[in-house]
Amino acid sequence: MKMLTFFVVFPLLSAFLTVLFAGKAKGLGNALSILTPFVLLVLSLYCASLVHLHKAVVYKVGGWMPPLGICMVADGLSSFMLATVNLVSLLAMVYALSYMRTYTQKWGFQALFMLMLAGMNGVILSGDLFNLYVCLELASVSGYILVAFGVEPADLEASFKYAVMGAVASIFILLGIGILYSYTSTLNMADMAFVLSGKPAGVLVGFVSVLFLAGFGLKAALVPFHAWLPDAHSCAPTPVSAVLSGVFIKTLGIYALVRVFFNILGASGNLLTVLMVLGILSMVVGAFLAIAQTDIKRMFAYSSISQVGYIIFALGIGTPFAILGGLFHLFNHALFKSLLFLDAGIIEYSTGERSLNKLGGLNRFIPSAGYTSLIGAMSISGIPPLGGFWSKLIIILAAIGSGHTGFALVAVLVSIITLAYYLKFQTFAFFGKSPFAPGQIRMPSFSMKLAVVMLAGVCLFTGLLLIPRFSFFLQGAVDSVLAGNGYKDLIFGALK
Amino acid sequence: MSLYFLCFVLFCVGLYCILRKRNIIKIIIGLAIIEYAVNLFLILIGYRMHGRAPILAGDQQILNMVDPLPQAMVLTTIVIGLSLTAVLVALAIRIYEKYGTFDITKIRRLRG
Repeated sequence: MKMLTFFVVFPLLSAFLTVLFAGKAKGLGNALSILTPFVLLVLSLYCASLVHLHKAVVYKVGGWMPPLGICMVADGLSSFMLATVNLVSLLAMVYALSYMRTYTQKWGFQALFMLMLAGMNGVILSGDLFNLYVCLELASVSGYILVAFGVEPADLEASFKYAVMGAVASIFILLGIGILYSYTSTLNMADMAFVLSGKPAGVLVGFVSVLFLAGFGLKAALVPFHAWLPDAHSCAPTPVSAVLSGVFIKTLGIYALVRVFFNILGASGNLLTVLMVLGILSMVVGAFLAIAQTDIKRMFAYSSISQVGYIIFALGIGTPFAILGGLFHLFNHALFKSLLFLDAGIIEYSTGERSLNKLGGLNRFIPSAGYTSLIGAMSISGIPPLGGFWSKLIIILAAIGSGHTGFALVAVLVSIITLAYYLKFQTFAFFGKSPFAPGQIRMPSFSMKLAVVMLAGVCLFTGLLLIPRFSFFLQGAVDSVLAGNGYKDLIFGALK
Repeated sequence: MSLYFLCFVLFCVGLYCILRKRNIIKIIIGLAIIEYAVNLFLILIGYRMHGRAPILAGDQQILNMVDPLPQAMVLTTIVIGLSLTAVLVALAIRIYEKYGTFDITKIRRLRG
């Protein structure tokens, strides 16, 4: 299905055209940056329906048959991630239309963002381990540049730290790929799964697992490797923070981790236990460090670490119910975290302040940011009809169901702490007395308000993904994770 | 076998450089050393005993060649490393303009 290549080719083409005609055609960058994610979002929904029919869609690049050639694969998990990534990128670019007016070189930003989108789509659709690494690097390097985009001293320092740590992580991943190649003499994911299932379990696969855990764990900001995230996400320009925290750490970190661990290496009991423990650690550390913050964006960044901990914890439990909860929480978190970051951007744009000590009573002036962030905060804390409640409930029930009641209790406590610091954010930022006079507030423009209102609208209804009519979206993703080594049969079947 | 061990030693040298050096430029050089070590490891994986270069000429048979796939991987990795080094050096130049120093212990405005 040649359509799969469009996900990588369209953003690359947009980036190229934007840079080529930068100065001459004024509106080209704006038009391409909105059009591309929108077209890709429609294509990803079409791809999801195709995958629901055929179980996997495979495209052989150049017509060469794998394992000689590279293939691009869309199965349940891939189409699920594609829809998430393109939806959040579209709304972030709508927001960036007017937000980036305060920065220079808007066309440069749009080109880099398109490159990052191409890299993320490439990671999701790659059927070949080295292709995954190349697209991961494409997205990562664009990410390093985008974090440093507003060249304040703090931004440069954050980006340098992020770049060095991210580069070391990528080197670990490359080392793991090299060792796996020498062990199985193939780079194709399905073929590698086939060869690995035939060989006896040994020390080598364990060593490679540790390398991948370190590499992808740093990209996903799991706890021993999280130190780059608060600086990078709080110093990046707001649309970039939203996409970084919302989809980037999930695509490059969690999706790649799941693909390699569950489908290629075969998730053994020890590995799942390690994932569970790291998940719990991330949850707790992220939550405790978030309460102490007064800078809004830093608080949200630590909250991201905590929520990613939930997702990894759910994946580590390993039962079908838990994986459903984890993937649903991934989708929810992508939506409400990007919503919260975009709202923080509106606060910063309007008042020039980011510290909770200096804000107050903003509901009077920017009700759009106030009410949408209320929806986002309620969803992330797990208040009933909103989506976050259902995903957290499923994760906690799955933990109790598989016997880890202690961990489930910790998850509930962390949820209460999450509620506490989001309540703190809402009270200090939007309610109460305002230190601002009406003339001091700069009104957010239409595109910014449109982006947050649309995101809030989608957030309200994510709970509907669980009803049987729409549950195929999530269930397809869960099935492809659970297939484990059966991934190879799926791909070989689709290739004939 | 000793070749793989020396590769690992090179990797550790680069890692030491990244962790312990205070100058930003030295950290970037340490990253380059790590990249060289991993590229070397990848090429060593493809080596076959008494193998010759994997070039297919018209009349020769395909026996006893070294594996060409890691060489293709390394070419791609070298280019990726180049772009990463370019980004890091550009960041280092800008950091010098803003902070006035290359010393990483003095570039600490972000805390908590």
